[in-house]
Amino acid sequence: MSDLLTWTGAAGPVLNPLLLALVALLLLAWVLQFMLSLFASGDTAVVLADGTLAARRGPADLLGMAARWLLLGVLAVVLAYLVLGLVLPGKPAKGIIGAMSAQFWPVWLALIVTFAVSLRFKRKLGLYGKLFDSPVGMVGFGIVLFWIFTAIFADIIITHDPLAQLSGLKNKVPGTPVPGEDNSYYLLGGDSLARDVFSRMVMGARRVLAIAPAATAFAFMVGITLGLPAGYFGGRLDTFLSFIANLVLAFPVILLFYLLVTPEIRVTGIPIILAAALFIFPVIFFCVLWNSRYFTDPKKRNIYVGLTLVIGLWAYSGLAFNADPLGVWSMDPNLLNVFVSVVFVNAPTVFRIVRGIVLDLKARDYVAAGQTRGEGPWYIMLWEILPNARGPLIVDFCLRIGYTTILLGTLGFFGLGVSPESPDWGSTIDDGRRLLSVFPHPAIVPALALMSLVLGLNLLADGLREESLKD
Amino acid sequence: MLKFVLRRSLVMLLTALCLTFIVFFMTNLAPNLEKLAKSEASARMSDDEVASWLEKNGFGQPLLVRYGEWLGVLPGWTVTENGETRGRCIASPASAADAPAFCGVLQGDWGTSTVFKDSVGSILSRSLGATAWLMLWVMIVMVPTSLLLGVLSGMREGSKLDRVLSTVAIASTATPEYVSGVILVVIFASATAGLSPLLFEWGLISSKTLFLGTATSAMDGITFWNFALPVLTIALYGIGYIARMTRASMTEVMVQQYIRTARLKGVSFRQVVIRHALRNALIAPFTVIMLQFPWLLNGVVIVETLFNYKGFGWTLVQAAGNNDIELLLGCSVVAVFVVLVTQLMSDIGYVFLNPRIRLA
Amino acid sequence: MTDWDNTKPILEIENLSISFFTRLREIPAVMDFSCTVMPGEAMGLVGESGCGKSTVALAVMRDLGKNGRIVGGSIKFKGRDLTNMSEPELRKLRGSEIAMIYQEPMASLNPAMKIGAQLAEVPMIHQGMPRDQALALARQIVADVRLPDPDRILQAYPHQLSGGQQQRIVIAMALMSKPALLILDEPTTALDVTVEAGIVDLVKDLGEKYGTSMLFISHNLGLVLDVCDRLCVMYSGEAVETGNVAQVFDDMRHPYTQALFRSIPLPGADKTSRPLVAIPGNFPLPHERPKGCNFGPRCEYFTDGRCNAGDIPMVPAPGDRHATRCIRSTEIDWNAPIRIGKAVQKTPVGDVVLRMEDLRKYYNVSSGSFGGGVSKVVKANETLSFEAREGETLAIVGESGCGKSTFAKVLMGLETATSGKIFLYNQDIQDTPIEKRSTDTVSSVQMVFQNPFDTLNPSMNVGRQIIRALEIFNEGKSDADRHARMLELLDLVKLPRAFAERMPRQLSGGQKQRVGIARAFAGGAKIVVADEPVSALDVSVQAAVTDLLMEIQRKNRTTLLFISHDLSIVRYLSDRVMVMYLGHVVELGTTDQVFSPPYHPYTEALLSAVPIADTRVKKKRIVLEGDIPSAMNPPPGCPFQTRCRWKSQVPGGLCDREMPPVVTLAAGHQIKCHLSAEVLNGMEPVITIAAE
Repeated sequence: MSDLLTWTGAAGPVLNPLLLALVALLLLAWVLQFMLSLFASGDTAVVLADGTLAARRGPADLLGMAARWLLLGVLAVVLAYLVLGLVLPGKPAKGIIGAMSAQFWPVWLALIVTFAVSLRFKRKLGLYGKLFDSPVGMVGFGIVLFWIFTAIFADIIITHDPLAQLSGLKNKVPGTPVPGEDNSYYLLGGDSLARDVFSRMVMGARRVLAIAPAATAFAFMVGITLGLPAGYFGGRLDTFLSFIANLVLAFPVILLFYLLVTPEIRVTGIPIILAAALFIFPVIFFCVLWNSRYFTDPKKRNIYVGLTLVIGLWAYSGLAFNADPLGVWSMDPNLLNVFVSVVFVNAPTVFRIVRGIVLDLKARDYVAAGQTRGEGPWYIMLWEILPNARGPLIVDFCLRIGYTTILLGTLGFFGLGVSPESPDWGSTIDDGRRLLSVFPHPAIVPALALMSLVLGLNLLADGLREESLKD
Repeated sequence: MLKFVLRRSLVMLLTALCLTFIVFFMTNLAPNLEKLAKSEASARMSDDEVASWLEKNGFGQPLLVRYGEWLGVLPGWTVTENGETRGRCIASPASAADAPAFCGVLQGDWGTSTVFKDSVGSILSRSLGATAWLMLWVMIVMVPTSLLLGVLSGMREGSKLDRVLSTVAIASTATPEYVSGVILVVIFASATAGLSPLLFEWGLISSKTLFLGTATSAMDGITFWNFALPVLTIALYGIGYIARMTRASMTEVMVQQYIRTARLKGVSFRQVVIRHALRNALIAPFTVIMLQFPWLLNGVVIVETLFNYKGFGWTLVQAAGNNDIELLLGCSVVAVFVVLVTQLMSDIGYVFLNPRIRLA
Repeated sequence: MTDWDNTKPILEIENLSISFFTRLREIPAVMDFSCTVMPGEAMGLVGESGCGKSTVALAVMRDLGKNGRIVGGSIKFKGRDLTNMSEPELRKLRGSEIAMIYQEPMASLNPAMKIGAQLAEVPMIHQGMPRDQALALARQIVADVRLPDPDRILQAYPHQLSGGQQQRIVIAMALMSKPALLILDEPTTALDVTVEAGIVDLVKDLGEKYGTSMLFISHNLGLVLDVCDRLCVMYSGEAVETGNVAQVFDDMRHPYTQALFRSIPLPGADKTSRPLVAIPGNFPLPHERPKGCNFGPRCEYFTDGRCNAGDIPMVPAPGDRHATRCIRSTEIDWNAPIRIGKAVQKTPVGDVVLRMEDLRKYYNVSSGSFGGGVSKVVKANETLSFEAREGETLAIVGESGCGKSTFAKVLMGLETATSGKIFLYNQDIQDTPIEKRSTDTVSSVQMVFQNPFDTLNPSMNVGRQIIRALEIFNEGKSDADRHARMLELLDLVKLPRAFAERMPRQLSGGQKQRVGIARAFAGGAKIVVADEPVSALDVSVQAAVTDLLMEIQRKNRTTLLFISHDLSIVRYLSDRVMVMYLGHVVELGTTDQVFSPPYHPYTEALLSAVPIADTRVKKKRIVLEGDIPSAMNPPPGCPFQTRCRWKSQVPGGLCDREMPPVVTLAAGHQIKCHLSAEVLNGMEPVITIAAE
């Protein structure tokens, strides 16, 4: 039986006071800066003789310099914790943070490789490359990537089976050693059923990232396929579709979830009907996309449309009806239920955005040029308008994944559509909140995880927006 | 103007009818009814018994007819059995003769809750009252804060103040209520973590925790200590969102030509912001604030569940979780009504705020 | 401030240099710029877009934004240097001593504030005037800028006024505190020609009345001639020539000024006998300026080793305060005759290819906010009849709302006609929307669009866009075939073949317009509708693009329907002209017939309104009252009667009641007017060219 792990292990006695001092100074600097900025005069930069621009060294600038260095210092110390965690031998020396850092090694490796490659070739990578010009976007992208890699390598990262209940570890605090096992700890403690909070958090990332982007993508398919004609043709079609969209949007989300995501509803087949309606959109979308582009060249058109139909309908039969003859595509009915509801909730908003952009872009001369050379309406929508709407749509896509993550958490929080065992972040928060004031750790860990992922996505969207506006 | 309001009201009515019908349909699905029968009569009924129970209690009719009855546009069902007449509108067999023919939502009869054994109307009015207080305080905290944050950060785009405030706003939109609620409770209302143990140790507070972790006691009397956390939890998410909208609209306005005109007229920066930019910049956020209501409703449900505050949201969860069909229908009507009315208000308010539309 | 000594300059800019700073580099926008404005003088700043003329104006206001800095030189206003003034000091000057008027009147007025409040604000800030007094002053100034019903206007919001009225309000705002210097940044560019004429008149009169000095920024040489006493020609961030208007116009001493004048269509230029001389090459980008003379690479008189040796200073030229930035100014023979570009044979006109008979297009629109109101009929085109022949250029002239765009839409098949007939090679197509037309019909009628920044799909490369047109028109048998054809089309519009791989954003406006032309001719178009194809381009590029269109037309014997509001260019290139007003054809005839009396009263006003950059031209001043009526709510009787100065010559108020008949005056010359033949024949020419 070994002792409880400390948070920072062997590095703690040195680094903790340092970190504390740096953070305190940093906060002080920020507060001062904030106060100064309220009274600041706008213009402090001067032009030097050689034509370069230099800032006059006022108190505000010195403070800014100090704050920047302090921030770097804080980051360095945090980095030191993580690096020391990787190199120091033995978990007691690593501490909880260090030990977690060590568990995350595949993630670090993948992050470093991705960033190195991207930074090296950023000028050749279009909008993605430009993202690395914006610090905000880079931070956001880093956080998102962290969670993506965590989801990918979850099996390597976890320390225990996320479903296993080990006796004696119920509600234990972070860093508790597992009795009977050497060098084995519940790094972030145990929950009310004595499961490892750390491993559940890591596995939860996999669940969220398996659903959220895919559901968002489907919502975009539906929203785009309906929003384009609504904005382009206008008239009755627009009135009708907008009415339907507003109908869905007028539903309080929670009520909709309570109505749509219940075990009983599966018996009625409503989720399957909805899935059948929603999942067909990508197939329609791509068929129309290829046809409108290649109808002048029937041979090419037939290949593209044919391939789309074969693959699309194959996946469609599996996902929507669970009737894939080859058994490759299938979806757990519980999951299908959640998935469909989330798509259903998101699609009207995407519809509205797309419709708005189309209304703006359809007055452009290149659209008129397409019309005057006799292009069909779908070619103009999909090949003339849609590519030019990509900026705002990509930004919204990122934001919407975050929103979907929040929705999934909400579902979990109300215990809808998830099995009680599931390490899903929302339901974990729900489990943990009952004993929140006594044992905060089982709820706070997934809460922070969810928050950081959504924050990352929002920052990423912000960075993308900033960079795409610069074009 | 009047015509516009009328048109919008008609669309709204149509929407409300569609929505309530959908809710009615979804709550009256066969499995739900079966559950209802089993919980009302006996849990061990056979399928045939369930069917006959449903038949006897007016659930045998077509869905549309039942919807009409619930709405109060069709006469309520009656069944005569063993010389006793029972029916939707008949409270007891004795008063069967002089019971009204119609009894639906339009007549003010919302039905009875199976969970709370009380009329839906009185449950709803009680819980809505509780929620109204919550919303009032949320609005008082949220609206001024977010507008101030948005205007301050939007008036000088790219300044330090802007960057700090924008980051705060982004962080707060990234924190859903169930996360911020948990974090706030841990920091301020946990006996083992956050500030409370420290403060207790230093003798600054006499109770175990600084704030209360539940808001149940606020049902009897609202105090700062039992109400601040729930209000803050709902407000936080909204603050970020509205502040970002305000900022976006403010930055857009600040680069307009007429702002430059004003500046080059010799108007001071303060006056440019207050006299020229503000009104134009607040048009968009106003709509956003109004359209926030559906989301606020979400927040209310989460926060009331989290803090155990028995308001509208809590009632909705109870109704949904316990297959309380009439109560859930009542909740839905209220929710839909609130959303639609705010939409209408946002449209009308937009027209009033924006002179360009009013007379165009 | 006390009254300024009238012998000293109001504004004195010396060696001003301005740069914009981006994250990557410093971009010089203005270099070594000097000019002086004397009291009561109007100084014109002329140049193409990107030459730095607006930057100079903003520097005078000290409003260069976050990235712009004055990196050298001084700007003295009444002897005080503006470059090192503090923000509060500047604030006192802005609006009271120096006022500015901008290009977009709608954008420069606060949409949520009443006009009165916006005007009254100025004296309230600067003179601490009480509100009611300020409003009274505002009322007086609004009357001064010749706006009807000032009381109603003070209570109105900006969107309730028309563009011309808004611009008058902006001028009124600038005059509220009687500034010593007025800066006008392209004040009329967004307005219609006849409205512009009114504004220009107003500005001139007010300048004289209040004795205000003006800095007038424009790309339009004709306007500058109308308004200014002196001018300064700018090119790529530098002043290249400055002097009296007459001197610079008649005795220019800089090759750029000369080239500029040769590239604009002045009276006397003709597409066959005296074609325009386009300036070769492109405007240099700010960070790619050549060493030495910026104009060097495009200059006819360029000598290697001298013009690109080092910085070129301003040198005096003959005349009063006349200077030029050319080291060869004394060597060049400035009076040498223009080297006539290759004069070409006038192409004979062929058979009728397009005929319209009584074409009408009405729209149903619902008015009122949120579509609640009654639906109204907008008569966009009324009884349009004309024919166009093979190889002919027919110009369609008119201001906004005249129905020329609707006409194009109906012809292209984007809309179907309400009634009447369109015959294309004797086949009637008025009821056939474009999706029902055969590929041949579609490819033979094509269009060139106005806005070069809008005409190409920004996310598809140039080659793909042309190839797509070829695919749609069934040109070429294989992909390789079409690729080859695409390269030929690039040759046709004189673009390097490498441009096939470029994205539209890498092209300049003129180059994009060329791609647009290539795309229109992809299917061997027989009839091309050019909707203001050069109006958004810079003057020096306009000539080249116009020439290209003419050349392709000659080669393919294309019928060109040239839609424009610019009468100079119409006179230069068209064979016949059709003048439209509020959906009606008011005059139709050969170019000579339309441009000489008898005129339709509207044509007369239009001709008078167009500024011409030629000192020899004498124009009769005819300023139309008011604005163009809305097509939603046209006046009864003759559409032009509300603004017509000849109305009194028609007896019995016929103009108010009846639509005038179409009168044929000479072979092929018809007008729609009630005026009697005597009155029409008694009209004097609007434009006379003084004998040299």
